[in-house]
Amino acid sequence: MARSPDQTDTLLQIGFAALLIAGIVAPLVAYPTFLMKLLCFALFACAFNLLLGFTGLLSFGHAAFFGGAGYVCGFVVKEWGWTPELGVLAGTAVAALLGFAFGSLAIRRSGIYFAMITLALAQMVYFLALQLPFTGGEDGLQGVPRGYLFGLIDLSDNMAMYYFVFLLFVAGFALILRTIHSPFGQVLKAIRENEPRALSLGYDVDRYKLLAFVISAGLTGMAGATKTLVFQLASLTDVHWHTSGEVVLMTLLGGLGTALGPVVGAGIVVTLQNELADKVGSWVSVIMGVIFVICVLAFRRGIVGEMQALGKRLGISE
Amino acid sequence: MADDTILETRGLAKSFRGFVAVSDVSLKVRRGAIHALIGPNGAGKTTVFNLLTGFLQPSAGAILFNGSDITGDKPAQTARRGMVRSFQISATFPHLTVLENVRVALQRKRGDSFRFWRSERVLDSLNERAMQLLAAVDLAQFAATVTVEMPYGRKRALELATTLALDPELMLLDEPTQGMGHEDVGRVVELIRRVAANRTILMVEHNMSVVADLCHTITVLQRGAVLAEGSYAEVSRDPAVLEAYVGTAND
Repeated sequence: MARSPDQTDTLLQIGFAALLIAGIVAPLVAYPTFLMKLLCFALFACAFNLLLGFTGLLSFGHAAFFGGAGYVCGFVVKEWGWTPELGVLAGTAVAALLGFAFGSLAIRRSGIYFAMITLALAQMVYFLALQLPFTGGEDGLQGVPRGYLFGLIDLSDNMAMYYFVFLLFVAGFALILRTIHSPFGQVLKAIRENEPRALSLGYDVDRYKLLAFVISAGLTGMAGATKTLVFQLASLTDVHWHTSGEVVLMTLLGGLGTALGPVVGAGIVVTLQNELADKVGSWVSVIMGVIFVICVLAFRRGIVGEMQALGKRLGISE
Repeated sequence: MADDTILETRGLAKSFRGFVAVSDVSLKVRRGAIHALIGPNGAGKTTVFNLLTGFLQPSAGAILFNGSDITGDKPAQTARRGMVRSFQISATFPHLTVLENVRVALQRKRGDSFRFWRSERVLDSLNERAMQLLAAVDLAQFAATVTVEMPYGRKRALELATTLALDPELMLLDEPTQGMGHEDVGRVVELIRRVAANRTILMVEHNMSVVADLCHTITVLQRGAVLAEGSYAEVSRDPAVLEAYVGTAND
């Protein structure tokens, strides 16, 4: 037998503590803006993974929540002068509501049809972002002030901004972890494993899926709204379907259905994009494509998934 | 409600784009009985199960459970009424542990299954009951095993324990001994006899010795309609039934 659950718990706790410390000291050694971007995408991928990895629903429209929340946050902060935390809250709330609307429509179908409905709805949001007067069209919503957190802490200081983003990430990640390990999470896993059986046990499967969808959309919105504050810009790129595809890549690369996989996947993708953008230009897309193919063909469990499988094998042979 | 009949169907029919899978099935299942549904392949047995449990909507006819009409019910609703089914292929949650499989079934009645902010440790209070159910199907020592790693026969036993966790009034078993070795069949038959003590069972079964051994009433379906009904002794002497079975055997 492998490790007992208690030992696994201890290992996980040590791992999380190490990550927490790494997150606290990281801006002293690396460029804070890069780290903030990374954290935003990591939270996005984790929220997405709650749906794909733990409920078995492939949404291809998550850019609508990510980018849409960015516009909402940018607008209320810039035009209405809201404080940054209220801006993030507004983005999260609108994304969750949008998630409720999308989810209610899409959840009646499954598999590829579900993915296509979410994609179509997200394209509508993209169209709105392009056409509505307040979004700035092709230019995006520019010059969003970072403002003062609770009206007190000046976020134009990159370090202050970093710790605000880090705090939001930790809170979002903790909520996802708790959701996975809750009575609700148990039912989600049951649905992912065998939906007809969950139905035959008396669970209204669609209502569970919808709640998972709303949580995922809300946290995705939180990530998108935060990104808008970091870059002081809500851009059309974030509502584009490319972004919906990118988050699938991050999640699969890191490890579907693992807690830390999406963080690792987002780290790799964002780092590669940053490092390669000025060296190879638009070849970045080709390199990403190749990585995706290798990932799907050679290590389907993703990096963290493969490491866990390896650990399990070693654990058994010990 | 002290009615003798727990489940009744009247003129149940289902067609798929012109293909008639079930044409006219009127059944009465007596409370407390073990009732078998048999018939050659393609007779519509599994379709009847899907109709009864709301996985399919009938084209015509009515279904009454404990006297109330449940014809339009959704699958989850029929389960909450006390009619729980198993599936032809083993229906477990493969990557959950054996204990978790049973616990998911027990969990629903707690009514906190939407609480995503609570720790799953609150479910530990169900472990004792789950272990009792596992012990009843001789799976107690496998509680921590991930289900996918168990042999087929054990999975079927687990499925039975999961169904029992809901304490259903009426259990629908779709070929509970299908694909099992000889000794496993004997074990499952004993198990079904044991759990049938205070409930009703309707089962689809191909193994005639199992049917003869267990069931009080047998309904024979052929081409989507009821061909004969009665005890094993009656049905097995019925010339129409003999012809249906021998006829298909000689094809």
